[in-house]
Amino acid sequence: MQKAVLTGEIFTQGDIAAAEGALAAGCRFFAGYPITPATEIAERMAYRLPRIGGRYIQMEDEIASCTAVVGASYSGVKSMTATSGPGVSLMNETIGLAVMTETPMVLVNVMRGGPSTGQPTEASQSDIMQAKWGSHGDYEIIALIPSSVQEMFDLTIKAFNLSEQFRVPTFVLADEIIGHMRERLVIPPEDEIKIVNRKKPTVPPEEYLPFKADADLVPPMATFGEGYHFYATGLTHDERGYPVMDDAAQLALVPRLCDKIRKNVDKITEAELTETEDAEVLVVAYGGEARTAMRAVKDARAKGMKIGLFRPITVWPFPKEQLKIAASNAQHVLVAELNYGQLVGEVERVIRHEIPVHLIPRVCGSPHSPDELMKEIRRRID
Amino acid sequence: MARTEIRLGGLGGQGIIKSAVIIGEAATIHDGKEAVQTASYGPESRGSACKAEVIISDNPVDYPLVLTPHVMVALSNDAFHKYKDDLSEGGIVIIDSDLVKAGKIKAGVQVYEVPAATTAHQVLKNPLVTNVVMLGAFTAISKVVSPEGMRKAIANAFPKYKDLNLRAFDEGMQLGQEAMEKSTQKK
Amino acid sequence: MTTTPKTITEGEHPILDYIRRDRLPHIFCSACGIGTVLNAFANALRSLNYDIDRLVVISGIGCTGRASGYFAADGYHTTHGRAIAFASGVKVANPDLNPVVISGDGDLFAIGGNHFIHAARRNVDMLVLCINNFNYGMTGGQMGPTTPDSAITVTSPDGNIEHPFNLVSVAAASGAVFVARWTALHARRLTKSIEKALQKKGFKFIEVISPCPTLYDRYNRHGSGLDVMKKYRELSVIRNFTDPMKAEIDYRTRIVCGEFVDTEKPEFTDLLAKQAETLQQR
Repeated sequence: MQKAVLTGEIFTQGDIAAAEGALAAGCRFFAGYPITPATEIAERMAYRLPRIGGRYIQMEDEIASCTAVVGASYSGVKSMTATSGPGVSLMNETIGLAVMTETPMVLVNVMRGGPSTGQPTEASQSDIMQAKWGSHGDYEIIALIPSSVQEMFDLTIKAFNLSEQFRVPTFVLADEIIGHMRERLVIPPEDEIKIVNRKKPTVPPEEYLPFKADADLVPPMATFGEGYHFYATGLTHDERGYPVMDDAAQLALVPRLCDKIRKNVDKITEAELTETEDAEVLVVAYGGEARTAMRAVKDARAKGMKIGLFRPITVWPFPKEQLKIAASNAQHVLVAELNYGQLVGEVERVIRHEIPVHLIPRVCGSPHSPDELMKEIRRRID
Repeated sequence: MARTEIRLGGLGGQGIIKSAVIIGEAATIHDGKEAVQTASYGPESRGSACKAEVIISDNPVDYPLVLTPHVMVALSNDAFHKYKDDLSEGGIVIIDSDLVKAGKIKAGVQVYEVPAATTAHQVLKNPLVTNVVMLGAFTAISKVVSPEGMRKAIANAFPKYKDLNLRAFDEGMQLGQEAMEKSTQKK
Repeated sequence: MTTTPKTITEGEHPILDYIRRDRLPHIFCSACGIGTVLNAFANALRSLNYDIDRLVVISGIGCTGRASGYFAADGYHTTHGRAIAFASGVKVANPDLNPVVISGDGDLFAIGGNHFIHAARRNVDMLVLCINNFNYGMTGGQMGPTTPDSAITVTSPDGNIEHPFNLVSVAAASGAVFVARWTALHARRLTKSIEKALQKKGFKFIEVISPCPTLYDRYNRHGSGLDVMKKYRELSVIRNFTDPMKAEIDYRTRIVCGEFVDTEKPEFTDLLAKQAETLQQR
């Protein structure tokens, strides 16, 4: 039998790193549908899962894939799917269901250009807002954005851990650059990988209320086949899981679904601050574009410019406290993203017009070059 | 080693991306350097323009794409003409002289011609190893990766056809040496 | 003399052990066929002494979609049309579980049609019980994929012009290993078919023709629920192993009932397990 954790060093793609991260996190079920530029994840899972005692199934579409993942997670198996924007558009129905029934699961979205079929083989970061509220209704999810092949691995593990801890569908929002590029991936020994598993009920079945939350606002989760005989529904439900169509039930449920994330923001969010302490110019960039920004910031620092980089690793919930710290000496904040302006709205909400927030959008399928980015920055601050 | 940018260009099906992956693996896993490999290609699996890039450095690579390649390997006329003007001062171009007709190139860029396709076909009796012959020439001429590292990466990449591909690599190294000698004579 | 209905107490009704008592009374209209089918399903569980811990009852959206909430087993109420996709995830992730999908004709064959044919094609082990009442009940009686020719619904007020699906034919053509059709009148035969299907591995499909006296049967002037049941008795003929293509369903002539397909084919999760075992030994 193959090992689930391939400890060692390989030179590999971001997509493969996400698959290996999932396996290292304990994922043993994958359902998916082929789509560029995420297919390599499915291919890797189709090859690896049966060899380590897991299961892969290629479904008839992304709706089915996502729904099968919810079914598998409820059957007690850590589960994942991977797709790109068009697939997420279809999965959004089930993402809402997963939110409502508090299903731990991971979705990798390797973002490509849109809208619609868009540019399948080109990079983009235009599904940032889709990840947040693509499905209908009030809810909060978690989304992490990797900037390297190593982070594809590390953040996929983290995504599983967060989704298990908070019983919430969690995105790894990669872009095509990170998904398809190859770098060194270091897979640590199995016993050095931190794994979080969902809380299990501690009461006997007759006392179990499947949607009664603990103090952390997360209910313990029984799974099918354990004898708890519980019921879960996408309808508004009470602590028993039974449909209830009154205000009290909605009020008891929906705020908790949001608050279990909002009130735990400090436990969830992560950001990387580079040279921000004295930075008068603060660049905000993430994913593949952050690699450009890092180079541009280093080059400009070498020339004496007081410039820093804020890289959100968690985009949802947004790491607003970290941004405030990073921007504390800034006179300009510049958001460089591979879209026509998405995360800039969240940055503006945090900065609140105290200092100018500039958007540096890029809609074509590759990141800015460092020189291009620096020109764009100069044009806005000079 | 400072940031060294390598671009490989050709047609889908020539093993352009595979070659770039082998260079990246040799650089990182076997030579202990840092590397990033990227590629761009059309929707066709075979026959469309295909470009793959590798950046090798002693330090972590931030910006992952090639700006001004130091080394270009061209396996098609289109790739040669499309990218030849991007090369950095002092850059080198390695072409498969069976597939590419070298045209004018800017001053300070050295072109090396390697008959990889004929060698693959006539010496190794398998046209599929043309790209590996080119990898041998690339290793000998550019010296950005070690021959030992490349041999390990090639063995990993073609477990079933290891011997054939290692022979192709050695032939390519030899052709690379010869191309360099020729170019010195010219000078 | 008036009688007050007796409150249900433990041990009285034979199927009570299989029902979530705290969810009664149920939401279904009187004379609706869903109750009959749920009763038949519970009776089948009881007579087989079925392992309830391994049962997962799954449904989609609609009147029948509420079925999963009434059984004292693990249950999940998916979004519209997705019960079979969910059940596939359950079965593949944990082959020890036995998913049963109970849902309606619109849920399973309009919005969920693609999942139906592909789960049948793969032969994923599950029982699908489809309660076919020829319309969307929960939303007020709209036409759907099984609404007969010329039938009146609120979205075909001048008569339906679409060609309906013959569900048993769809199921058989898609690869189901067990295919049966009964009406809500055939409670005992239905129960037997459910028992048979629960003991068989693979993708099993049972269609149950059901009255919708509140909507469909009212719009089409079929009379009361009892009148509809009488009509079922008059129209239905039992033709086991008839070609499902020819198993007609016509409220003017006849409704062909019976078990049409009962065959063997390698099951998907068995094949997955077999392949995985070989791979792991390498």
